[in-house]
Amino acid sequence: MIVRIMGEGQVKLSDDRFAELNKLDDELLEEMENGDGPGFRRTLDQLLDAVRRLGEPLPDDALEPSELILPAPDATLEEVRAMLSDDGLIPG
Amino acid sequence: MSGVMKRMGMIFRAKANKALDRAEDPRETLDYSYQKQLELLQKVRRGVADVATSRKRLELQLNQLQGQSSKLEDQGRKALALGREDLAREALSRRAALQQQVTDLETQHQTLQGEEEKLTLAAQRLQAKVDAFRTKKETIKATYTAAQAQTRIGEAFSGISEEMGDVGMAIQRAEDKTAQLQARAGAIDELLASGALDDSSGLAKDDIQSELDRLSGGTDVELELQRMKAELAGGSSSSQQALEGGTGQGQQAPQTQDTPRFDKQ
Repeated sequence: MIVRIMGEGQVKLSDDRFAELNKLDDELLEEMENGDGPGFRRTLDQLLDAVRRLGEPLPDDALEPSELILPAPDATLEEVRAMLSDDGLIPG
Repeated sequence: MSGVMKRMGMIFRAKANKALDRAEDPRETLDYSYQKQLELLQKVRRGVADVATSRKRLELQLNQLQGQSSKLEDQGRKALALGREDLAREALSRRAALQQQVTDLETQHQTLQGEEEKLTLAAQRLQAKVDAFRTKKETIKATYTAAQAQTRIGEAFSGISEEMGDVGMAIQRAEDKTAQLQARAGAIDELLASGALDDSSGLAKDDIQSELDRLSGGTDVELELQRMKAELAGGSSSSQQALEGGTGQGQQAPQTQDTPRFDKQ
């Protein structure tokens, strides 16, 4: 599966790696919904590190659409929450 | 998967068109746009590959049909040689049917070839565009990041200058205040001195009163001196006269008293 880290690029991950990532991803969502800023920052860093560690970076000219997208490393809880709000990533 | 990754991916796909012109960070938009272009290019390439595959398949079919057609022609010739005109006729009529199929396939082949050439050209053009976009995207991203940094520096600087401005203003205000107070003090002194302003403390005196005080003060001293002289002379009445005269005629009074006495002597 191809995962995009916003502002960074794409990474190819084998499907058997997703168990670990799913756990972190669900934690991240929970922390975001609970407004746990420090927890969100910590988990996002862990998740991004895991994706980078387990995945293989794709060259810029690779023709692969991303199936999963992760926020940029410096994204804040509020930014991600705004992106995932009812209006979606972009309002309107 | 139901976490952030999946939801963001879904939102990205759902908002694809809007993402292109409304994303807050143009760098993300550019990345996304580039990704979409690559996907498009991939589709075009797949299209070219599909058309090429179809063309190859047609070519194989054509070869096969042409082989069968040649075989039927041979069979017809042999049948005629053997005097079997009926068989020869059958072979030739089958061959004619095959020829019709060959003609149809050749038309299709030509059409596909044309399509393939067009698609190949389109893919090449698109590739060039995507490459150009990628370069431009990186340039824009770098420029945007630089501009952002520049803005931050500018803000920091303006913050500092504002602060300095505040300090400057405070000093200016203090100086103004001091000058104002000094000017006011000077003006009050002048006004008090000229008598235009009453001194509420009662300490200040105008020049006329000062002169009067000075004069009366001087008179008192002279009167006291005269009184003491009269006492020494022993005449309380004369001293009384001196005092009374002093009030009316000043310093001349004692002399009028003394003169007759000297005359008597």
